Amino acid sequence: MSRVLRKFTRNVPHWQPRVVPVDLKQATEAQLDALQVTPSNTKVSDYVLVLAHDVESLKVRSPLFNAIMYDRGGMSRAERELGALAASMVNHCIYCAAVHAARHAQLEKSTELTDRLFREGAAAEMSPRDRAIFDFAAALSDCPSTAGPEQVQALREAGITEAEALDLVLSAALFGWANRLMHVLGDPVRPEEPAGN
Amino acid sequence: MLPETTALAAAGIDAGSALEAATARPRRDIRMTQAAEAAVLRPAEAGAWGHDLRAALAARIARLNGEEALAQGYATAAGAHVALADPAARGEGVTAAVLGFMDKVAARTREVAAGDIAALQATGIADPDIVRLCELNAFLAYQIRVIQGLRLLKGLAA
Repeated sequence: MSRVLRKFTRNVPHWQPRVVPVDLKQATEAQLDALQVTPSNTKVSDYVLVLAHDVESLKVRSPLFNAIMYDRGGMSRAERELGALAASMVNHCIYCAAVHAARHAQLEKSTELTDRLFREGAAAEMSPRDRAIFDFAAALSDCPSTAGPEQVQALREAGITEAEALDLVLSAALFGWANRLMHVLGDPVRPEEPAGN
Repeated sequence: MLPETTALAAAGIDAGSALEAATARPRRDIRMTQAAEAAVLRPAEAGAWGHDLRAALAARIARLNGEEALAQGYATAAGAHVALADPAARGEGVTAAVLGFMDKVAARTREVAAGDIAALQATGIADPDIVRLCELNAFLAYQIRVIQGLRLLKGLAA
């Protein structure tokens, strides 16, 4: 048995699909190609197998994701992770928030900011630069967006360049996408501890 | 010069501007955003949702986000489904279930729960078609926020 998580955590949960994933044994050529399955690489997550139902979207999404989060750009990887985390907190995507809080902590070699965010929420104390990044990404994630000139002014005052701000727009927007797949198509779960241990 | 893309055009990023220079860095993401639009709005394998219905749903989501110009652009491809591009339209049967689901995923994402997927399954919508709805919705969330973000950054550049 497993239980569905409702609270943010940096300890990445298991993702349990709400629809039936593609069965690799019955996958089409196009699906195998998009999944990049080869005889030496047959390990594919349930999440990716779910997305393989829409193979054309899957095929464009993975390279776009990698370009936005990992290509050399203006903003540091840790700060892009903070943008992703802000979006995931607005959309309450427990799984995405866990993955990207863990990456932020790893890149920063510190759990301080993500500990505080998960303990105290969006109002948690942080540096002016992190504050400007988090607030802009969170406001842009609202529907409709509540980001306005005041958040842009805060980015400018925090010394964030145009190239960095563009990376922030892209990483926050990308998690508007990712959250609507992860949070909608599955549950974040943790196996129950056996009783009596 | 960048190829013409929906995101740059909708955000009003002009050729030759400083922000266009920033978006033209040797990164691939803006161009790839346009490839994603084609894959999600106009896929070869569309499943239960034809290109015109997808365009109507895209226009509806753009309106829920206050993006009227983008909505009008999508609505031109909505054909017989164009009435569904109005967020006030409710539809009947499977259409009503699809519209209700799409509105919730777009605008009240955090409230979506397992029961919302089960409800779609109960109306007879197949799992691959549920995934297709989610990808359409999720892509629009992304594209709209790129447009709104870029538009705000024009102010930063000014």
